[in-house]
Amino acid sequence: MEYVISVLLSGISVGGQYALIAIGYTLVYGILRLINFAHGDVFMVAGLMGIYFTATMPFSVSIPLVLILTVVLGFTIERAAYKPLRSAPRMSVMISAIGVSYLLQNTATYITGGQPMTYPVIPFLSDTVNVAGTQTKWVVIVTPFLVLLLVFALTMLINRTKVGMAMRAVSKDFETSRLMGIKINSVISVTFIIGSALAAVGSVLFFTNYPAITPTAGAMPGLKAFVAAVFGGIGSIPGAVIGAFLIGICETIIKGLPSAWDVSVFSDAFTFALLIIILIFKPQGLFGEAATDKV
Amino acid sequence: MGNALRLENVTMQFGGVVSVNNLSLEVPEHKIIALIGPNGAGKTTAFNCITGVYQPTNGLIEFMGKPMVRNHPTGKSLKTYKGEHADKFAKEQILAPTPDEITGLGIARTFQNIRLWKSMTVFENVLIAKHQHAKQNVFSATFRRNLAEEKRMRDETMELLVEQDLETYKDELAVSLPYGLQRRLEIARALATHPSLLLLDEPAAGMNPLETSMLADFVRQIREKYDLTVFLIEHHMDLVMNVSDYIYVIDFGSEIARGVPEEVQNNHRVIEAYLGVGDEE
Amino acid sequence: MKQSRKSFPVFIGIAILLLLVILLENLSAFIPNLPQVFQPTSPLFTVLKKAAVYSLVAVSMNLLNGFTGLFSLGQAGFMLLGAYTYAILMVPAVQKEQVYYLFGGCAFDFSLLDMFEGIFGSGGAGGAIAMILACLIALILAGCVAGFFSYLIGIPVLRLKSDYLAIATLGFAEILRAIFQWQKLGKVTNGANMIKGFPTFSNFNITNGSGETVLRLSTFVPFLISALCILVIVLLINSSYGRAFKSIRDDEIAAEAMGVSLFKHKMMSFVISSFFAGVGGALFAMYVANAQAKAFTSVMTYEILLIVVIGGIGSVSGSVIATFLYVACSEWWLRFLDSEQYLGSFQVPLLRNGFRMVVFSIVIMVIVLFFSQGIMGNREINIGGLLKKISKRSERRS
Repeated sequence: MEYVISVLLSGISVGGQYALIAIGYTLVYGILRLINFAHGDVFMVAGLMGIYFTATMPFSVSIPLVLILTVVLGFTIERAAYKPLRSAPRMSVMISAIGVSYLLQNTATYITGGQPMTYPVIPFLSDTVNVAGTQTKWVVIVTPFLVLLLVFALTMLINRTKVGMAMRAVSKDFETSRLMGIKINSVISVTFIIGSALAAVGSVLFFTNYPAITPTAGAMPGLKAFVAAVFGGIGSIPGAVIGAFLIGICETIIKGLPSAWDVSVFSDAFTFALLIIILIFKPQGLFGEAATDKV
Repeated sequence: MGNALRLENVTMQFGGVVSVNNLSLEVPEHKIIALIGPNGAGKTTAFNCITGVYQPTNGLIEFMGKPMVRNHPTGKSLKTYKGEHADKFAKEQILAPTPDEITGLGIARTFQNIRLWKSMTVFENVLIAKHQHAKQNVFSATFRRNLAEEKRMRDETMELLVEQDLETYKDELAVSLPYGLQRRLEIARALATHPSLLLLDEPAAGMNPLETSMLADFVRQIREKYDLTVFLIEHHMDLVMNVSDYIYVIDFGSEIARGVPEEVQNNHRVIEAYLGVGDEE
Repeated sequence: MKQSRKSFPVFIGIAILLLLVILLENLSAFIPNLPQVFQPTSPLFTVLKKAAVYSLVAVSMNLLNGFTGLFSLGQAGFMLLGAYTYAILMVPAVQKEQVYYLFGGCAFDFSLLDMFEGIFGSGGAGGAIAMILACLIALILAGCVAGFFSYLIGIPVLRLKSDYLAIATLGFAEILRAIFQWQKLGKVTNGANMIKGFPTFSNFNITNGSGETVLRLSTFVPFLISALCILVIVLLINSSYGRAFKSIRDDEIAAEAMGVSLFKHKMMSFVISSFFAGVGGALFAMYVANAQAKAFTSVMTYEILLIVVIGGIGSVSGSVIATFLYVACSEWWLRFLDSEQYLGSFQVPLLRNGFRMVVFSIVIMVIVLFFSQGIMGNREINIGGLLKKISKRSERRS
């Protein structure tokens, strides 16, 4: 029983961390129709920045700095690598995204020397707590609540503010929004800023729970978060969050299965199997809208 | 002679929007039939149902007397179905051929906004339309065991280009041609599939009056030459009245009039649909 | 026929190229005291071998992405299937005990190599025939296994639109990788460990009785196989089916309306591309002398995709040229970036391990952003035309 609770707890927390990344994917895809392959690597870079800054600065300075610099990184990537290709075929933009991902990973390898880096112990978050008889870190308890809070704030932003309205308009119809005088580029920038900020928060939560960061540490969580976004229906924030929690929980359950079965190697593969099943049977996801092409 | 094409109670519904509503019409063999209507009346959607791009929500489409497309609303689409005759075809088998299968039966089409293959030459554009009927497989084609067949395809393509006065442009990129010639190339490409029924989606769009009047003769010519039935959508009333044997008029997806050109011209519902009722003036 | 006259110079060109490779490879045997570059241990030959293998994979990916317009990212997965098929079929029975020692031996004792050596004998000319036949059949089977799996995968995923197709194929590749690392299948796949002990390129070097190398063929063999496979792909692209693929790439809806069956042709392109990716995977296993699932990650697919982009999406010759440049840069010419360098007493800043890949990624980003056509765009090198130009120029001179 205690084992079940601990598996569930860590599942929910991993899910919450995926949710924070997934929102970045779903927002960007909703607006640009682009799988931002670099998003997972932005998440990884945020983790590395966390390591380097906390080594020299107090947490009260370093964590906000990580947040700000990640946002700057996301913004810069969009301006430098995606904006010039606005009118190019979708494939080119996706290739550019893969290129950025490659660049971030290689730069990270260069800076870290390819060695796994240990994430610092953050007071409070890394402290252990006893829940229903199982020992766990505070981060596990905090994550789901923080995620819900952030999602609530984001939903408010999207539904109640002018920027949010512009974002919704652009994701519905790019061209018409442009004709209606919406500043497309600033809307897209805002999207990337929000996505990167959430990824930065996610990185603090995620890596506190993990032993080390490698330059490729962002790729897998990134892809999984994308799957979560597809699962929930791309463009839908609640969908992405629910998808992420579900994938996080399933993944930890698979990892927690008896080791004699040796199925933990499939914890990543499972996510992709889920993706393929979704794409085949309900390509628009749980909460997405079906789109038809005009001939 | 029988009908080349017959639509029976065809309804196409997208979500809650009925684009084509209970449309029934007949296109007799060897005739030129027109489908007209104001913008957004559902003409192109009807074409897309016939050519397999969309699967109609309900109804039957027959080609050369044989059922080709048939569907009836089921499940969720039945609950939201707004059209008529939901149960008429309920017991019949659903037929949903893909567009290439329909082309294989002998229906070819052109597009409202020209869709030529842009990285390819005029010659290749027509040549590819010959691919479906060529007797070859991927191995014989790769290892050049199909030279006779390839030569036949190329010769026939050349013949078509000569007939359509396009041979001088044969090695140019299709999209570099002037607009009028692109339209003609699209028709040549459609003819290359050996159709018995040709669907023309606004063939005169973007043409000047002179070109338009020439188009009428051209359509009649190719009908004779290739023994075709022609079904066309058009906005230019001059062309439609000049060329068609029979006209169907639709508005908001439903038929509002049918008849020979003179009848349609004087039909008050058609005039209303085109000019609008209770307009400002 | 016009067709065959056009392809004649291509055949001549390939033949000359292959001869040059043999010559280059054996240069050191005939001429003593050659510079280090021409010695068999030179990075030149590593680059040539790897590039020969990668160019096949790049061209196979280009067939799919560039000529059919299907954005698939499953290449590494199909290479994995090919590599493992080749490895499992070729490890001699005597080696199996040692290779699979963690799992107490292999589940099946069959080895193509043993089978043919049983027929032709294991030494001398018989052994050579046995190995060539076994390798050929194993390579073809490697392609077939990859092709068969791609067919199964294609049924559900080929209906998906561009980016969904990309992520679904990427997903399948990851699933395959997980399956091949699964310890429960250890008796077949050796779990997460590598399979070794099968014939590699260097086994094609001809040795005399005392074990000295008489004629080196270890670079020639991958060149030959890659060239043959690429030739087949080029023939396909220039056939009626290749034109149909291009029509799908340019405009799916028009292609379908003109009688090109989308599903059939997409599947064909997918399976053929995967077949050659499988062969490429087997060649890769021969190149690195082992087969291990963890080598075939999505990073490998990205690498190949970037090669295709650099060469020009829709150009076979572009892909080949880009592969050689890419591999040469990453394995040889830019190696110096990874170690500290001094100009006189001045230490060049930034240079240390990993810097090469950073420079590389920046170059790639520049190409993607500012030279999106790549080296060749969608044009091809025309050997016939080139020859004509050269002969014209020489005529003018004389």
